[in-house]
Amino acid sequence: MRHSWLRWIVAAILMICAIAPAVAIDPLPFQNEAQRDRFQHLTGELRCMVCQDESLLASNADFAKQLRRQIFDMMQQGKSDKEIKDWLVARYSTFILYDPPLAPSTIALWFGTPAILLIGAGVVVVLLRRRTRPSNAIAEEPGDDW
Amino acid sequence: MNPELGQIALILALLLSGLQCALPIIGAWRGSKPLMATAPTLAVGQFVFVALAFGILMWSFWTNDFSVAYVAQNSNLDLPWFYKLSAVWGAHEGSLLLWMLILNLWTVALVAVLGTRLPQEFFARVVGVLGFVAFGFLLYMIATSNPFVRLFPVPANGADLNPVLQDPGLVFHPPTLYMGYVGFSVAFAFAIASLLGGELKSTWVRWARPWTNVAWGFLTLGIVAGSAWAYYELGWGGWWFWDPVENASFMPWLIGAALIHAQAITDKRDGLRAWTLLLSIFGFAFSLLGTFLVRSGLLTSVHAFAFAPARGVFILVYLAVVVGGSLLLYALRAPKVTGGKSFALASRETLMVIGNLMLTVACAMVLLGTLYPLVGEALNIGRISVGPPYFGPLFLILMTPLVLALPFGPLSRWGKADLGVWKRALIRVVALAVTAGIIGFIIGARSFMDLLGITAAVWVMAGVVMFAIKRWREAPRGKRYPFEMLGMMLAHFGIGVFIAGAILTRSMSVEQDVSMKPGSTVQVGNYDFHFNGVTETPGPNYRAEQGSVSVSRNGRQVAMLHPQKRTYSGGQVQTEASIQAGVFRDLYVSLGDPIGDGAWSLRVYDKPFVRWIWGGGVLMMLGGFVVVLDRRFRLKRAPEPEPVHAKPEPEAPRKLAEGEA
Repeated sequence: MRHSWLRWIVAAILMICAIAPAVAIDPLPFQNEAQRDRFQHLTGELRCMVCQDESLLASNADFAKQLRRQIFDMMQQGKSDKEIKDWLVARYSTFILYDPPLAPSTIALWFGTPAILLIGAGVVVVLLRRRTRPSNAIAEEPGDDW
Repeated sequence: MNPELGQIALILALLLSGLQCALPIIGAWRGSKPLMATAPTLAVGQFVFVALAFGILMWSFWTNDFSVAYVAQNSNLDLPWFYKLSAVWGAHEGSLLLWMLILNLWTVALVAVLGTRLPQEFFARVVGVLGFVAFGFLLYMIATSNPFVRLFPVPANGADLNPVLQDPGLVFHPPTLYMGYVGFSVAFAFAIASLLGGELKSTWVRWARPWTNVAWGFLTLGIVAGSAWAYYELGWGGWWFWDPVENASFMPWLIGAALIHAQAITDKRDGLRAWTLLLSIFGFAFSLLGTFLVRSGLLTSVHAFAFAPARGVFILVYLAVVVGGSLLLYALRAPKVTGGKSFALASRETLMVIGNLMLTVACAMVLLGTLYPLVGEALNIGRISVGPPYFGPLFLILMTPLVLALPFGPLSRWGKADLGVWKRALIRVVALAVTAGIIGFIIGARSFMDLLGITAAVWVMAGVVMFAIKRWREAPRGKRYPFEMLGMMLAHFGIGVFIAGAILTRSMSVEQDVSMKPGSTVQVGNYDFHFNGVTETPGPNYRAEQGSVSVSRNGRQVAMLHPQKRTYSGGQVQTEASIQAGVFRDLYVSLGDPIGDGAWSLRVYDKPFVRWIWGGGVLMMLGGFVVVLDRRFRLKRAPEPEPVHAKPEPEAPRKLAEGEA
C-alpha cells in the first residue's frame, strides 16, 4: 500500500462531507433581497475546498460555513465581488473559483470550445458548398413531404 | 453457497458472451449458416446466466447475507425491503451487474423483434458486436469488481446504504439511465455490423432508428429522475449543477439527440451516411465513458482512481479497444463517396446539419470542461475547478442557433424549403415571441436573461403549434400526424416547456434561510410560513426530528409541510425536504439545525414553474417513444425491396411480432 496515507486523507475528507447533512442552511441577516441574491450568486460560483464537487453555497462543511460568514461580513463592509474573490484567491489559490481565470494553464479550456466550433463550422460550410445545388435545380417532389 | 453460484453464473455468461462474439461473426465472414444461427441461442443463454447472477445478488440482499462483502457494505437489517432490493445497484459492483443485465435485455429484445427479419449475416454481426461489448464488461466485473466476494468473519449487521441513496429516486434513476446508456449499444452494433460487412447501403439505419429513439427516451427519463432526485434529496432546491456526474450522463444525451436527427436524414435522404456511422460510435463511446467516469472513482480525484490501478487500467484499455477499434474500422470502411439526394442551401437538411453541429460542439464543450481538471491534476499544471459559471454561459451560446432554427426545421421541405413559408412563419413566430417578451416585461421581468428566456420558450412552442396547424390544414385527414411526426412535435414542444420552466424558476424563485422559533411566521413571496415546532419521529432505520410548518396565503392555509432531519443508524445525517408540489409552483421547506432557545434554522422556498423543467423532459422522452410506433419502422411496410439474402418467412409469426413491436 504505497498510497495508504493518501487513501486515509481522502477518506477523511469524504467522511467530513458525508457526516454533515447534505443541506447548508445558514440564516444570515441580509440587509435586503438584492444582497441575498448577490450572496447566493457569488457563493454558487465558489468551490467548497474540502468537499467533492460542491459549491460554497451548497456545502455544509464547517469550512464552507466559516467562509460563507466571512464573505457575508466582507459584503457588509461594502467590498465588491471582485475584491472578495481576490481575497479568496490570495488565500486558497484559483482552485476555489468555478470559472478559472485565463492563464497559460487554462488557454485550452477557454479557447478549446471556440476552436472546435470553428473547425466544425468550417467542415459544415465545405460540406454545404459541395453538396448543395441551386434551388431551381432541384425538382419539387410530389407526395407527402415528411 | 448461493454467492458462489452467482459467481459461476457470471463465468458461464462470460464464456457464452465470448462465443456470442466469435461464432456469429466468423459465421458471417465464412458464410456459414449454422454458425450464424447460434447468435440468438447464445444471446438468450447469456441473458439467462446474467439474470441468474442478478437474481442471486438480489436474494443475498433480501436474506441479509452479510457474508457477501458487497451486501455487508451496502445494506443492513433495518433497511426497508425496497431499499434492500434497490441497494443492488447502490454501488460500483452491483451497478455494473445492472448494466450487464440491461445490455442482455436489449440484446434479447433485438433477437425477439428482429431476429428472423433482418438479413442473417447482418443480424449475426449485430449480435456478435453486442457479445463483444458484454465480454469486456463481464471480464471487468469478474477480474476487478466481483459483487460476490465473501467476507470473513461475517459481520452481525451490515453497514448502511448511503442515506442519500435511500430514496424512491434511486430506485428509478440508475435503471432508466442505464436503459439509455446501454440502448445506444444497439445503434453502435448496427453501425459496426454494417462496417464489418462493408455494406455501402444504409438500409441498416432504418432498422436502428426506433432503437435509438427508445434509448434516447430512456436516457432523458433517467436524467429527469436524477435532476428531480437532486432537487428534493440534496435539500437546497437546485435542479442542475453541471456536476461531473451529471455531465457524464448529459454528453451521451447530446450525441443521442444529434444521432436521432442524423439517422433521419440518412434514412430518408440517404445523406450523411458517414456522419451517422460516426455518431453511432460516439454515442456509445460517451455512454461507456459516462458509466466509467461515475463508477471508477476517477471523478473523486485522480489519486482515488490510482488506489485501484487494476480497475483504472482495465477501463482505459477497454475504452481504447472499443472506441479505437471502432474508429479504425470506420477509417478503413466508411463510405468514401458522399451519397444522398441533392438539396438546396435553404432546406431541412441544412437546418438539421446546423443543429447537429451545435449539439456535438456542446458535447465537446462539456467533455472539455469535465475532463480538464482531471488532466490538469494528472499533468501537474495546478488544480483547476470548472463549474457552472463555465458551462452555463457557453451552453447557452451554443444552443442559441439551435433554438433559433428549431421552428423552421419541420416547416421546411426536404431538398428545398419554400421561402414563402419561412417568411410567413418568421413573421408570426417573431410577433408571438416579442409579444411574450413584452408581457413578461409588463408583469415584472427586468433582467435581460429572463426576457430572452421567455422569448425563446414562446419562439419554440409557437413554432410547433404553427407546424401542427399547417399540417391540419394541408394534409389529408388520417395522415395528418404520423407517429414519427407526433414524436418530433412532442419533443420539440418539450424543449419550449423546459426553457420556460428553467427561466421562470430562475427569475421568480424566492429563497430564504431563516431562524425560527416555534410559533413564529415568516413571509416568503406571497406566502406565510408558520413554524409549529419540531417533534421526534422514529423511522425504520433512522430517527428523525420532524418540523411542522403550515403555509398560508392571505390567511388561508394552503399546505402543511413536515421537513425532516434524519439520523441514520450508521450516524449519517440526512435532510428530507418537504414539498408541496404544484403545476405552477412548489412550496419547499427543509430543516436545518437547532440554534438555541428552541429556535431552528430552516430553508424556505417559493419555487414557481419548477415542475415545467421536468415536464419538458418527460415530453421529450414521450417524443422518443412515440416515434417507434410509426408505420415506417414496420419491416413489412418498408418501401425498399427486401435485401436479397433475406430469408423468405411465413406470414403468421411476422404479424405476431408486429403486434409486440
